Parts: sequence; structure tokens; C-alpha cells
Amino acid sequence: MTLHTGAAIRVKDDWPELRGPCHIRTPHYLRGQPGTVMRHLGRFPNPEDLAFARPAASIDLYHVAFRADAIWPDADPGARDPGTHDLVVEIFEHWLEPMGEPT
Amino acid sequence: MTTLLEAPSDRMLAAIRHLLEQKAVTSPAEIAERIARTDRASPAMGASMVARAWTDPAFRSLMLRDGAAAAEAMGIPMRGLPPLGVLENTAELHHLVVCTLCSCYPRGVLGYPPFWFKSAGYRARAVREPAGVLAEWGTVLPPGTRIRVVDSTADYRWMVLPLRPAGTEDWDAPRLAAMVREGDMIGVTTPSP
Repeated sequence: MTLHTGAAIRVKDDWPELRGPCHIRTPHYLRGQPGTVMRHLGRFPNPEDLAFARPAASIDLYHVAFRADAIWPDADPGARDPGTHDLVVEIFEHWLEPMGEPT
Repeated sequence: MTTLLEAPSDRMLAAIRHLLEQKAVTSPAEIAERIARTDRASPAMGASMVARAWTDPAFRSLMLRDGAAAAEAMGIPMRGLPPLGVLENTAELHHLVVCTLCSCYPRGVLGYPPFWFKSAGYRARAVREPAGVLAEWGTVLPPGTRIRVVDSTADYRWMVLPLRPAGTEDWDAPRLAAMVREGDMIGVTTPSP
């Protein structure tokens, strides 16, 4: 476990889908987005390898919080309360890049 | 050549079950037992956990710390299932669970997911405009309540521990459990007496 609660991170802006067959548990809408580590959830075999029956190393999994208004800046202005919620998502550590301490 | 998407699913399932048996990965008895367990699970199980959490502070702490252990403590079999996380609603914070990637759902304690939980519409809208989704369900949150959408993407499964509604202070656990619905534990609705 290398990321602590409160750590500022960014989800990698990576698109393995463009390089070939893959199984990714990181949603498209979070790629490249900044977030905050909420808590460590445990270590789990990497689903990207499990899906192809490859040996799968256990990887740290975190609950990461994101601000909705940063992710959906173009949300329909007619929508009720766009961007006032937050999102909490399970993300594996190899998808997270540290951004330094929050100011 | 038939593609995977065009192949008859019943024949593919039979072939996979046969292979699992031939390779001794599992047995027909184990598969039958797992199907029976999934069929037995229903929202009433989750509702009984919620009612006990409302009436038993020690159980509530256990449930928030380790949902699967709390389920097991009530005789709900969780062996072989993913860890269960429990999201506690408060007067300030309301949780809504979605799986944008597929249909991850706490089947061990809630049974099969409702059809709409797997729909593209719910999955796309829950993360983008949850307040609009709640409004369509007729769910009214107290002013100032923040919505937190939990996108179930990986190895955990998530259920919501709703806020105990006012007016139920003298209700016992069975009566409370009968009030709690499936949607209350996903977060699209809130329990009301």
C-alpha cells in the first residue's frame, strides 16, 4: 500500500482499448481526472490479467473520490443539480498517478 | 464461422459446464448448489440486516466494518462471494450505487439485480445526474443532503444502509425489515413507514 487517505491523484489518461483486446475496470469517464484517495480496500488479483487467464499479481485497490462538476463540465444545464454530487469509485493502484499533497 | 455474439448461449453454457467438470475445476453439484444459493437470496435478506443495524449498535458497527461478516453472522452464506461494503446514509450524505461497467451487485444479500439496474440508461445517468434519477423515483432528500454516487467497478460489492425514518422509534426489527425495499439499499429510494 503506497497511497494514503487524502492523497491527491490523477487517473492515467491511458486507452488500452486502442491497442488491442483488453479487460479494464477503470471507467472511461475517469481517465485523466484528478481525485482524492478515500481509503485502501485491499489487494486483489489484477482483473486485466485474470480475464485472459494470465498469472495475475495482487494490486492495491482504493476507493477514490471525484468531483462531479470537474468530470461533467458540459452537463446539460437543464439537468437538475448537475455537478453537485461526488463520485466514489474503486480504482487499482496502477491506474493512479500521485499529484503531490493537497494544498 | 459463428461469432461469439451469434452462438446459441444455451449450448455455450452447456459446453463450458462440461469443460469445468472435465477439468475438475468444479462439479455439477457445486454449480447446482451455487445456483440454488443465488436463487434463495432476496432483498429480504438485506432488509433484515438493515433492521438489525437500526436496532443493534454492535451489529451496526460490524456491518459498516465488514458487510460480509455481518451477513454471515445472520446466517447468510457469503463464502466465495466478493467482499461486501456497506455505505451508511446520514442526514448530510445520501449514497446511490451503480455499476457503470456492467452489473456488479451484492447478490449474496439482495439477490438478482432489478432489470433497470443493468440498463444503459440508469448506468449512464446515475453518475451524471443522480438528482434527476432520484426525482424520477419520487425520492425527496432533505435540503442540503449531498449525493454520493458509488460506481461499483472492481472487487467489492456495495449496499446502502438507509437512514431509519422518523416515526419508527418503537418498531421492532421484523416490522422495520418489512418496510425496507430493494431500492432503499441501492439508494434510488428511501424507506418510509
